[in-house]
Amino acid sequence: MTRKTALILGARSDIALAVAREFAAAGWDLQLAAREAGRLADDRADLELRHGIAVSLHDFDALAIEGHTAFVAGLPVLPDLVVCAVGFMGDQTASEGDPAAAVLVMRSNFEGPASILAVLGNAFEARGSGTLVGISSVAGERGRAVNYIYGSAKAGFTAFLSGLRNRLAKKGVHVVTVLPGFVATHMTEGMDLPARLTARPEEVATAIRSAVERRRDVIHVRRIWRFVMLVIRAIPERVFKTMRI
Amino acid sequence: MKLSGWGRYPVLEARLGAPRDLDALGEHVRAGAAIARGNGRSYGDSAVSPDNTVHMRHFHHMLAFDPTTGQLVAEAGVLLADVIAAFLPRGWFPAVTPGTKFVTLGGMIAADVHGKNHHRDGSFASCVDWIDLMDATGRLHRCSRDENAELFGWTLGGMGLTGIILRAAIRLRPVETGWIRQTTKSAPSLEAAMAALEASDEATYSVAWIDCLGTGAQLGRSLVMLGEHATRQELSGPQAANPFAMGPRRRLSVPVDAPAALLNGLTVRAFNALYYWKGTRGAGTRLVGWDGYFYPLDGILGWNRIYGRRGFVQFQCALPPDTAEAGLRALLRTTSQAGAGSFLAVLKRFGTADGPGQFSFPMPGYTLALDFPVRAGTERLMDRLDAITLEHDGRFYLAKDARMSARTLEQSDPRTAIFRAGRARMGMRPAFASAQSERLDL
Ligand SMILES: Cc1cc2nc3c(=O)[nH]c(=O)nc-3n(C[C@H](O)[C@H](O)[C@H](O)COP(=O)(O)OP(=O)(O)OC[C@H]3O[C@@H](n4cnc5c(N)ncnc54)[C@H](O)[C@@H]3O)c2cc1C
Ligand SMILES: NC(=O)c1ccc[n+]([C@@H]2O[C@H](COP(=O)([O-])OP(=O)(O)OC[C@H]3O[C@@H](n4cnc5c(N)ncnc54)[C@H](OP(=O)(O)O)[C@@H]3O)[C@@H](O)[C@H]2O)c1
Repeated sequence: MTRKTALILGARSDIALAVAREFAAAGWDLQLAAREAGRLADDRADLELRHGIAVSLHDFDALAIEGHTAFVAGLPVLPDLVVCAVGFMGDQTASEGDPAAAVLVMRSNFEGPASILAVLGNAFEARGSGTLVGISSVAGERGRAVNYIYGSAKAGFTAFLSGLRNRLAKKGVHVVTVLPGFVATHMTEGMDLPARLTARPEEVATAIRSAVERRRDVIHVRRIWRFVMLVIRAIPERVFKTMRI
Repeated sequence: MKLSGWGRYPVLEARLGAPRDLDALGEHVRAGAAIARGNGRSYGDSAVSPDNTVHMRHFHHMLAFDPTTGQLVAEAGVLLADVIAAFLPRGWFPAVTPGTKFVTLGGMIAADVHGKNHHRDGSFASCVDWIDLMDATGRLHRCSRDENAELFGWTLGGMGLTGIILRAAIRLRPVETGWIRQTTKSAPSLEAAMAALEASDEATYSVAWIDCLGTGAQLGRSLVMLGEHATRQELSGPQAANPFAMGPRRRLSVPVDAPAALLNGLTVRAFNALYYWKGTRGAGTRLVGWDGYFYPLDGILGWNRIYGRRGFVQFQCALPPDTAEAGLRALLRTTSQAGAGSFLAVLKRFGTADGPGQFSFPMPGYTLALDFPVRAGTERLMDRLDAITLEHDGRFYLAKDARMSARTLEQSDPRTAIFRAGRARMGMRPAFASAQSERLDL
């Protein structure tokens, strides 16, 4: 049996590296794509050594959209699975005051990830198989004052994934939307997050592998978030706008 | 945030950073009063600096392995458990291992840990080929027996006080299986236990569990446990089907803080009696998996909570051959008289191997380890045990210490002053400091 290959985009992210370890442990070969992928040399050595799999590194910038087609064409093999962990929270206050800052957050969370998954989706469609996993966020479920720039971009990405799934389902290609709540990573380091609501990157990784195997469509990480978001979405806008949440 | 060691005593308010790369690590170190923290399995305050504790968890990469020599190059934050998970299925096992696998390479090197094979193979230092050490300015130095040998020597056993270990090359031992042929003998007295350990010099692994509530003629009654790596030929049935004994072990967990009262003399008596009975009945030889054999307590997640909220302290000393028996007798008698019960009492014979570690704990003779819940009277008992150790020319294990005085350390070990002076001379003091080093004036 030939080994399966997973491409991980934004591979330097803590969640992405946990996903890499999870699939490596299950025997998958890996393509790790990131800005300055050379910074992942130690991770590559570690993954190869521990799990006896093959890992290749690829320079990838989600914002360099004009290069996405060439990027996919240049991969040593078209992967069986793609996990996109690219994301950028930015600083909400800065985003409010500076349109350029806001646009960078929007492009990093929506435009860039959507563009590369569109190219990969087409390639998978042509082959008639493959799984695309997009890591979006519960922040996209409702715009909140504290992070609506990031949230709105994630909302766009979530809708994109939903549409892509709808389109490719008939073509043998599966799309998974991951909606993590809080995750203890570089992105959230130093924030004071409630322990019960905060997952470890490994939990996200395990949830992703299980979703890929069971062909789930949309997953939350830590089930409690389903209920938290149910409540948050149910609050009438008239009330919501007066709340500090 | 609140930080402590495995004994959960003392609990200190400390600043904890977790740098992600070399540059950030250098910045942390240059801030001063830095101490590296591995996985926090030392019992007391060795891995806590109130101003600047540097967690090594992001330095967790295995970098290279040479299957011809068994040499593994890895970053200091790699867990021993991960080394075993990756390499035992390929026929390699740690050459020296402490009684828990949830320790980092950095922590094992800094404490120069010992295992049940110390009498034959020496301490962890024996399998360390080289280390990369970051000094107070953030510069890296390759240290080995040939290169920067002085720095190498003081770092093994130096409890993080010579710098930050970034990477190490360690040698694993080839094994045919993950099974251990365990032989258990019961020894009715301390004398018998020591005789059994002396007589078992040929055994790869040896250790004695002491029923530390035994008194009078039964003082020091023990189970002496010997072990050998089993060969392929020795396996049959389900063991042959799983030659490396990999796979999930049933795990118990201690979810909440057990009240210290749970640990009254009675409970301990029952525990020890059971242990003794089991061992006597099961005396003889059987095959056991590596995990249960080397890491019996790892199967009980959070067992340190069994001692309750106030935490516990461990006492571990080493005694030279000449005074060992008298010293052990006095230590055990004092412990059993105090009725303070020790959940675990472990006796181990140390070998004579002379390792490179200049401040390492092991020395020829015996080592005894005891646990006590922290409660009224514990401190007095510990002081008494300190005094007995000093009277018998013994020394103390810093990885277990949480409360000793600087004076006691100085009296127990003439190397203390040399270590302190060396630290000052080499620019390590006060650049690297832990709550323990401050307390002990290292
Ligand atoms: C159940 C149990 C059983 C044990 N059995 C044994 C045994 O049989 N034999 C034995 O010898 N010990 C034993 N120990 C003690 C344990 O092996 C040591 O305390 C070891 O140092 C813990 O490693 P750690 O990674 O958790 O280090 P920590 O506890 O985090 O740190 C310990 C020391 O190492 C230093 N250190 C850690 N990482 C680095 C680094 N990268 N660079 C420089 N310094 C560093 C710290 O500053 C500190 O001084 C046992 C402990 C437990 C809990
Ligand atoms: N942490 C949470 O609480 C949380 C919650 C919900 C969703 N998420 C989502 O989970 C995903 C992973 O995040 P994380 O928590 O692991 O945080 P992270 O470590 O900050 O990861 C984000 C990654 O995205 C990469 N990236 C950003 N812009 C890029 C670009 N233009 N091209 C290529 N890569 C780019 C970054 O690469 P560089 O290393 O090059 O900067 C970084 O590795 C993100 O999509 C995030 O939005 C996180």
